[in-house]
Amino acid sequence: MTIFSLALTVLIGILVFVLFFHISNILLDYFGKRSSKIFKLENSFRVVIFIAPAFIILFVFIIYPVFETIRLSFYDKIGREFLGWSNYAWAIKDPDFRRSILNNFGWLLIVPTLSTFFGLVIANLADRIWWGTIAKSIVFMPMAISFVGAGVIWKFIYDYRGPGQEQIGLLNAIVVAFGFEPQAWLTIPIWNNLFLMAIMIWIQTGLALVIFSAALRSIPSETLDAARIDGASELKIFWSIIIPYLQQTILVIWTIITILVLKVFDIIYAMTNGQWQTEVLANLMYDWMFRGGGDSGRGSVLAFCIMIGVIPILGWNLYQHRKDQKI
Amino acid sequence: MADISIENLNKSYGKTQVIRDFSLNIKSQSFTTLVGPSGCGKSTLLRMIAGLEIITSGNISIDGSLVNDLSPKERNIAMVFQSYALYPHMTVFDNMAFGLKLEKRPKEEIQDRVQEAARILQIEQYLQRKPKQLSGGQRQRVAIGRAITRKPKVFLFDEPLSNLDAALRVQMRIELAKLHEHLDTTMVYVTHDQTEAMTLSSEIVVLDQGEISQQGEPLDLYNKPNNTFVAGFIGSPKMNLIPAKFLSNSSNQVEINTLGSNFTLPKKLKDKNIDAELIFGIRPEDMHLGSDNDYHWQSKVFVTEKLGSSTFIYLEGEKEPIVIEVTGDATIKVGDLVKIKLDLEKTHLFNSQNLSILE
Repeated sequence: MTIFSLALTVLIGILVFVLFFHISNILLDYFGKRSSKIFKLENSFRVVIFIAPAFIILFVFIIYPVFETIRLSFYDKIGREFLGWSNYAWAIKDPDFRRSILNNFGWLLIVPTLSTFFGLVIANLADRIWWGTIAKSIVFMPMAISFVGAGVIWKFIYDYRGPGQEQIGLLNAIVVAFGFEPQAWLTIPIWNNLFLMAIMIWIQTGLALVIFSAALRSIPSETLDAARIDGASELKIFWSIIIPYLQQTILVIWTIITILVLKVFDIIYAMTNGQWQTEVLANLMYDWMFRGGGDSGRGSVLAFCIMIGVIPILGWNLYQHRKDQKI
Repeated sequence: MADISIENLNKSYGKTQVIRDFSLNIKSQSFTTLVGPSGCGKSTLLRMIAGLEIITSGNISIDGSLVNDLSPKERNIAMVFQSYALYPHMTVFDNMAFGLKLEKRPKEEIQDRVQEAARILQIEQYLQRKPKQLSGGQRQRVAIGRAITRKPKVFLFDEPLSNLDAALRVQMRIELAKLHEHLDTTMVYVTHDQTEAMTLSSEIVVLDQGEISQQGEPLDLYNKPNNTFVAGFIGSPKMNLIPAKFLSNSSNQVEINTLGSNFTLPKKLKDKNIDAELIFGIRPEDMHLGSDNDYHWQSKVFVTEKLGSSTFIYLEGEKEPIVIEVTGDATIKVGDLVKIKLDLEKTHLFNSQNLSILE
């Protein structure tokens, strides 16, 4: 019944829009012929009619929330009393905030770089072996798993039991088998951040791999042959021909993963919940916004910081894209 | 100064054999063209000489030394590709210098060699440009320049002119001929275009399904084709191949029946056992318009191709149309009945079973 009513809602929604476009188009045609004055405005009016629905949705769900977030960041816990810059002043002094920023930087530097690198290398190597397609499928599979699901899987890898007990965690089982002490991996500061990043790299390498595999096919084989005749080794071809050829693709993948990483939340929420110094901005924001009674002022400050972080990356990407189209 | 010798070469992709027991000697400093229809194995052969394709069995030697297991760079060759295959992110200079930089040559030498190649090919003003800022002809010059700078023993060309328009193709053809004169190295050239083969080569090798159909100097192939394949491939429009019946053979005359009448050809055939069915070959330029009382055959025109300097007339034949070449000012229209006289000195007879020439 629920599926049926859902489908019905979608159908009605689509019908309403089709009718809206169709009727407004007919009306415009009708009045357009009647009056020469309107006729001049007709074209710009038609544009407005067709853009309006999309624009309204964009406004309600994206533009308005941005401004509301900025507004809330200047108010108190429940958004009643104006506080000025004091929420921002709090954030700068807060040690958790500083650590989150640092952690986020760590994520930004390491995850996109390694995911892109592994994706590129695996894509290149997988084309040379007969079981390449199988290997690529396996590497791609984590993409189909949700971040929380991935967290659950990796909990089993990092799992820790006291010394003497049987280790069910994969990593500790290996460590113990070699005769070392088991470690509570996720509680060792700084290193635990890297262990969490490994999960993200594990997931995102699949994305990079698939896009790079497609892009590698676009390199003409004659160009690679020419380089071979010129005396380039396979490694030299990779660095001097393939990587420059894929420059645009590398940039796109790097940006996609960077933006994703800036918003990283689920993995940390599922694995450590920000304990043992693994806090990142998104988790800190969630904590302030919804936990312990909630503080929409401080939560909004943190949300705003994340947005500020995304803008330069997006801007740079757009700039690169425009520059390319000009040539 | 390098000859190439190929002995009993075979190449298969799975069960498909592309090159069959192929042997060929390419003389030092020659311009040898491998020509044939698409799928005849000519490009595969060239790529095997280059070392880009693994050989299934047989030997390839360059300059007397076996290169079977050498990588492309150790063979001292350079190759020019149909798609130019330039490195798009490098300038023209860097494209041409790439191989030299890999050889770790001193900077001044690289500079000199690239300048020299650019001068020969007249691309000096483009050295700082990227390939996408160049036209097709300029790109192909850069590709040739990249080959020249390395001063290889052997140049390999894989259909280098096929991506160019007709006018540029003629121009580049002349420049390639000049380049061969100037560099005096062995050049192996692959093409499907018989005009390129005829105009550029000192030696032509006609390939058919992975085997040599005939090899020799361009005019030898034109005047004395060994079989109907070469007869049909070399020359444009192709030689007319007409079914004929053998009548008699004397010491210096052969009598046949074709095109509805009997012909006595001034030919000496050594072979005594001649099949009743033959294939009679004659080139379009060896058939002329005859006068009312001096002609061999008449037929209806169904297409004319006026080139200005000459006109090709397509006549209705028994199975396939028959082409003749007449002067450009001939006033022949479609539907006309024309009388044709054959130049009986310049005819060819082929065995209708194995399609080879009768001698």
